[in-house]
Amino acid sequence: MGYRVKAEVMDAEAMDRALTRIAHEILEANKGAGAIALAGIMTRGVDMAARLAERIERIEGTAVPVGSLDISFYRDDVATRLSPEVHTTDIPYEVEDRTIVLVDDVLYTGRTIRAAMDAIMDFGRPSAIQLAVLVDRGHRELPIRADFVGKNVPTARRERVKVLLAEHDGRDAVVILEDDGEGE
Amino acid sequence: MALSSKHIMTMDDLTPEDIALILDTAESFAEVNQRRIKKLPTLRGRTIVNLFFEPSTRTRMSFEIASKRLSADGVNFTASSSATVKGETLRDTAKTLAAMACDMVIVRHKYAGAPQMLAEVMDCPIVNGGDGVHQHPTQALLDLYTMRQSLGKLEGLRVGIVGDVCHSRVAGSLVPALNKVGAKPIIIGPPTLMPARPDILGAEVAYDLDEVLPTLDVTYLLRVQFERAARMPFPSNREYAMLYGMNPARLAAMPSHGIVMHPGPMNRGVEISADVADSPRSVILDQVESGVAVRMAIMYLMLGGADSGTAA
Amino acid sequence: MALLLKGGRVVDAAAELDAVLDVLVEDGVITGVGEELEAPGAEVIDCAEKVILPGLADIHVHLREPGQEYKETIASGTRAAAHGGFTAVACMPNTKPICDSGSKVRFIVERAAAEGAVRVYPIGAITAGQAGEQLAEIGDMTAEGAVAFSDDGHGVQSAGMTRVAMDYIKRFGAPLIAHCEDESLAGEGVVNEGEVSTRMGLPGIPAAAEETMVARDIALAEITGCRLHLAHLSTARSLELVREAKARGLAVTCEVTPHHLFLDEDDLTSYDTNLKMNPPLRTAADREALVAGLLDGTVDCIATDHAPHAVHEKELEFELAPNGTTGLETALSLVNTHLVATGTLEWSAVTRLMCHNPRAAANLPEMRLEAGFPADITIVDPEARVEVSAEWFVSKSRNSAFLGQSLLGRASDVLVGGRWVVRKGKVVV
Repeated sequence: MGYRVKAEVMDAEAMDRALTRIAHEILEANKGAGAIALAGIMTRGVDMAARLAERIERIEGTAVPVGSLDISFYRDDVATRLSPEVHTTDIPYEVEDRTIVLVDDVLYTGRTIRAAMDAIMDFGRPSAIQLAVLVDRGHRELPIRADFVGKNVPTARRERVKVLLAEHDGRDAVVILEDDGEGE
Repeated sequence: MALSSKHIMTMDDLTPEDIALILDTAESFAEVNQRRIKKLPTLRGRTIVNLFFEPSTRTRMSFEIASKRLSADGVNFTASSSATVKGETLRDTAKTLAAMACDMVIVRHKYAGAPQMLAEVMDCPIVNGGDGVHQHPTQALLDLYTMRQSLGKLEGLRVGIVGDVCHSRVAGSLVPALNKVGAKPIIIGPPTLMPARPDILGAEVAYDLDEVLPTLDVTYLLRVQFERAARMPFPSNREYAMLYGMNPARLAAMPSHGIVMHPGPMNRGVEISADVADSPRSVILDQVESGVAVRMAIMYLMLGGADSGTAA
Repeated sequence: MALLLKGGRVVDAAAELDAVLDVLVEDGVITGVGEELEAPGAEVIDCAEKVILPGLADIHVHLREPGQEYKETIASGTRAAAHGGFTAVACMPNTKPICDSGSKVRFIVERAAAEGAVRVYPIGAITAGQAGEQLAEIGDMTAEGAVAFSDDGHGVQSAGMTRVAMDYIKRFGAPLIAHCEDESLAGEGVVNEGEVSTRMGLPGIPAAAEETMVARDIALAEITGCRLHLAHLSTARSLELVREAKARGLAVTCEVTPHHLFLDEDDLTSYDTNLKMNPPLRTAADREALVAGLLDGTVDCIATDHAPHAVHEKELEFELAPNGTTGLETALSLVNTHLVATGTLEWSAVTRLMCHNPRAAANLPEMRLEAGFPADITIVDPEARVEVSAEWFVSKSRNSAFLGQSLLGRASDVLVGGRWVVRKGKVVV
């Protein structure tokens, strides 16, 4: 299906402010950076986790450990959909007794987050798991909620929400895409 | 399906793209195998049967561990393929397994063509774990993975395969596999151990190991066993070790980056000396380690997405 | 009751006939062959568009009785022979027990008389039990009706034993039919050694396994003076050896099977055991040489080596399955489809290859489309279509290398001693 941009709901400045606010909220909720670690969900969650870590260090002066999670092997739809690319999971810290903040770009049905929770639990027993997302677009299919949200964006099911990142797409923005009716 | 063929019976079933996908996916599984909890929920509830008609500890264990780490139910079915000890025919065994709704069968059998026979009777994907002296594709794949990890590339590698090539299903798969990834296989041994038509397999032939050694990036040793039996194709283990055995002197004659490989089990002192087997340039244990990751990758790619018949 | 076969194309190389003629049969004997024969009171059989041949004979057939009746019996095998247009067969002795004495020959003769649809001529074993060590009772077997001697299935491995056998057999005027396969070269082989064996990972039988023994047996036939008939030759070099022997005037004849004429190792694209035979399917070059040998007269006979096996026996791993394909019912159709209909071979040559030469080679009675000869007649419909399917076979076994093929031409009607065994393509006995 072809998609075309329907609307831009965040520009670069809006994204920057949202990420800074989320970094502050994480530090406030966890009383500092001492007991937390970030785990970005492949692929864009990883870039976002890096940006959050950089802001946390700027604010708090503490370097927060960052890992990356590839959840292909934990998906609940392995039987029908095979992830075309498989990346490597890298959690360079002890999960035991730490609060892990999962970081992803868009929260939608909640299934990716469920898989990510299973993945991180396989590394050890965290004392808590929190979730930070840039965009919450609704339509949850599982009882999952985000602790830190950049922006709530109501969408229709047939729309897609895409987070553009300067590292990959040349600019920062959050756009809503809709089906342009161009068939499969 | 992510791979181009439903089954992996011979190397003909895999394109160079399939091979690259399997090796890349295996890297992810290699990371899992380093964790404390070596378990993924990916193939939960699938039944994977190891149908082994020939005794094999390492290959069977490798497949079993691979399936268990993916949360599948690995089941072992051992039977005899000897004509005198046979009870049920292969065909009937296959029908029995089909009736038990297995999701995948890995088969090792004394006779070539056994996987093909299973595929006629069963619906699920079949992996050839070694059929007679014909092929052993998963071994070739884990060997390619090990080479890639050790040497950083596959294209252009000169790989010498030494020993009883005509009776080796490992060679039967490794030679075409190397050709598919742009490497150069050379089969080395006495004429009595060469296949009838090495040219159609796509390998160069050399009878003199010492002449070829300085040009090899990999020396891949096959197991040999010459007992006192009538009309053996080689006089003795002693002469074999003398002419074709890998020893420290021969290791030194290889390029400094060259590695030594062996599918196992080894005959220390015959095709490989103990010193070389234990040297850092021998990656034999890496092969075993790769085996689990590569087999996990194969199971994942063959069973994932299978229900819809399409890749994401 | 007299039969008048009217208006068919009557072809017989020995009688030097190839013309539209009538054939009159009375009391089981041909009483006239000519144009517009008068035969008041005779039943007239319209043979327009048909080809009338002297009774074809297949001199290499495994009837499996006694001992393996689940694969085939004398009754079912001879019905299959009739279905394929043959009026006579010579049956190989590798039954259970081996046919190596007079009483066992008599069993076959009596069984065939009671239940055979066509004429059956037993071939006796050369050595007792086909074990290659002791001569079998050649004289006794000859007295009971054996026409030739063979250790078909594996051949006589020892040159010394073969020489003794040839010396002994020659005084009975019978041929030694040689299965040429050196077992120490063939080993565990199941396909031709070469490209296919390498590709499929199967042990191979080198062409030399056949050729070395062909050379050996020709040399022994030369020093003993025994008639030698070489069974199922499969390689170009074997034929060259026969050509040389014939040029030197030796009494050497040979046969080739339809599967070696019309299939080769390239047809082995899967592990289909119906393509597993001994000798194996050879290279395309060998096959072409066999066809050339057929055309230049080096090959004397086409014989099927009809080898029936039960379904469960062939549905095994390739290396374990028994060797062989059935052949009686498809031979004539294959020859027509690939050789006669393509203009490569004349019907007159077919009568040499499938009637006169085989009968001469194996000491069967001669048949001709001539007054005075028994009415063993094969009537062919060259335009009939044959779809080779499991259901079409009359034999008890269905292991045909030609399953699924669509062929042209078949025997539509067959007479043995003036009695109908096949009418309108169907076996009626």
